[in-house]
Amino acid sequence: MAAKIIYRRGLHLWSMLLALCTLMLVVVGGLVTSRDAGLSVPDWPLSYGKLMPPMEGGILYEHGHRMIATMVGMFTIVSMVWLWRVESRKWLRILGVIALLAVITQGLLGGLTVLMLLPWWVSTMHATLAQLFFSTTVAIAIFTSSWWLAEPTTTAEQTATPIRRLSLIAPILVVCQLALGAAARHKAIGSIYHICGSPIVAGVILWLSLRISVHYSENRELRRAALTLTTITFTQIFLGIAAYMTRIAYADAVQPMPLMVTFTVFHVAVGALTLASSIALAIIVRRNLTLVGAASA
Amino acid sequence: MPLLLLAACGSSPQPSTQSTASLPEAHVDPATAGTISGRVLFEGQAPVMPVIDMASNPQCERQHKVPFRAETVIVNSNKTLRNVYIHIKDGLAPAHWAAPAQPARLDQNGCVYAPHVQGIVEGQALEILNSDPVNHNVHAESQKNPAWNESQPPRAEHKFKKFGSAEIMFPFTCSVHPWMKAWLGVSEHPFFAVTGEDGSFRIEGVPPGTYTVEAIHEKFGRKEGKLTLSPTGTATIEFTYGS
Repeated sequence: MAAKIIYRRGLHLWSMLLALCTLMLVVVGGLVTSRDAGLSVPDWPLSYGKLMPPMEGGILYEHGHRMIATMVGMFTIVSMVWLWRVESRKWLRILGVIALLAVITQGLLGGLTVLMLLPWWVSTMHATLAQLFFSTTVAIAIFTSSWWLAEPTTTAEQTATPIRRLSLIAPILVVCQLALGAAARHKAIGSIYHICGSPIVAGVILWLSLRISVHYSENRELRRAALTLTTITFTQIFLGIAAYMTRIAYADAVQPMPLMVTFTVFHVAVGALTLASSIALAIIVRRNLTLVGAASA
Repeated sequence: MPLLLLAACGSSPQPSTQSTASLPEAHVDPATAGTISGRVLFEGQAPVMPVIDMASNPQCERQHKVPFRAETVIVNSNKTLRNVYIHIKDGLAPAHWAAPAQPARLDQNGCVYAPHVQGIVEGQALEILNSDPVNHNVHAESQKNPAWNESQPPRAEHKFKKFGSAEIMFPFTCSVHPWMKAWLGVSEHPFFAVTGEDGSFRIEGVPPGTYTVEAIHEKFGRKEGKLTLSPTGTATIEFTYGS
């Protein structure tokens, strides 16, 4: 059955481009919040009643975010149509539809938060869904790759050290941690909840990676995915500390300070990468690890 | 006869406010009205305010011949504090005070709000104008009154806004230029003032009585003191803030 699936280079490259543009969108979205530019364009969907307002001050960030979001929305439509036209895997076609629904919802949340003057719950949903949408685009890029379609290097899961469930828990915890971070950023809760969550998430990821490194080290793909996730996670912790320290240092600043903006935006972007890489690891675990008793099947 | 009372220290939460539209019309007898005056002193080292970086919008930058410093804390040369909002917090008989027909003004000039702090009476119009060659958004971050956020392009028509409930105080911000901030106090009555370049204030036409007077500074918070104003008299009160 797997032999029927054809690798389509164009579709894969398009999916990669979509994921890359979405990451860029997350970065610019982070800039909008960090630069306090969220309300610089009071109207929506137009900007100052126009398609193209003067790109000055905060408008550069807010309208720039809207422009990139529009582009990502269009790219997602193309991706969904492409998948439905050529893809034989029904679940992947459905994933394309989910991505489109997510990006539409995301656009509506973005408009709503502007019109409602940034209520914390809409802004938090907007920020969290952005991360989930990015991970969806990364998943589509993985599923359309030649690597995914190639015969996997399978390893039998050891009964004593199962990692399938743990690999699912990790992205769930990362999503929760990202939602806490978004809620703290939009002043719904104190940063303490996000700070307290970080050792839990980092601990689970470290435990998962250590288990893979120790017990499944012969599987190169698994090992590399685990190492990548760990590296990204610890980079994220460093960025989180740096972002927090700069916020304290510039608590009395009368305008967003470049160092604080830089660390915070990188923290948001690497947060998206943490979620995407934890989901990628969960996918690879399911692909490369056979259930006990099914290894020889 | 002047009456000097020193202010009691301590900050207080947001005073309770409600619309006074249903109350009887207020009346002050000019024959007995007096004046409340005073100063707001500052003790300690005056903080140095940072220069605003307007590089993100060169048209803003060009309007300032010298670098513009933040107005969060301005200590005058006579060691007094500027931009402190002073008002009668308590002691007036419940009444509805007519709003002045003349609107108060909030200008956006050089990508800075002017004045930085002001007061209006509930129901009084606030005229908002954009004297800059750039776009602004005006965001009234009120809590008791409906908050709003509207764009105001260069040479756009002036906005006239009214606030129906007393609310002391709330900021106006501009997200195009995130350094822009102004504070507005919407009072039930006309007995308020804002300290200026000499740190003094003067509230005239006040009916005689015993009052709680409150001072509010955007960084240093609230302080209040009590005074008694005799008919046709002047009561003086001083507030002291410090770093």
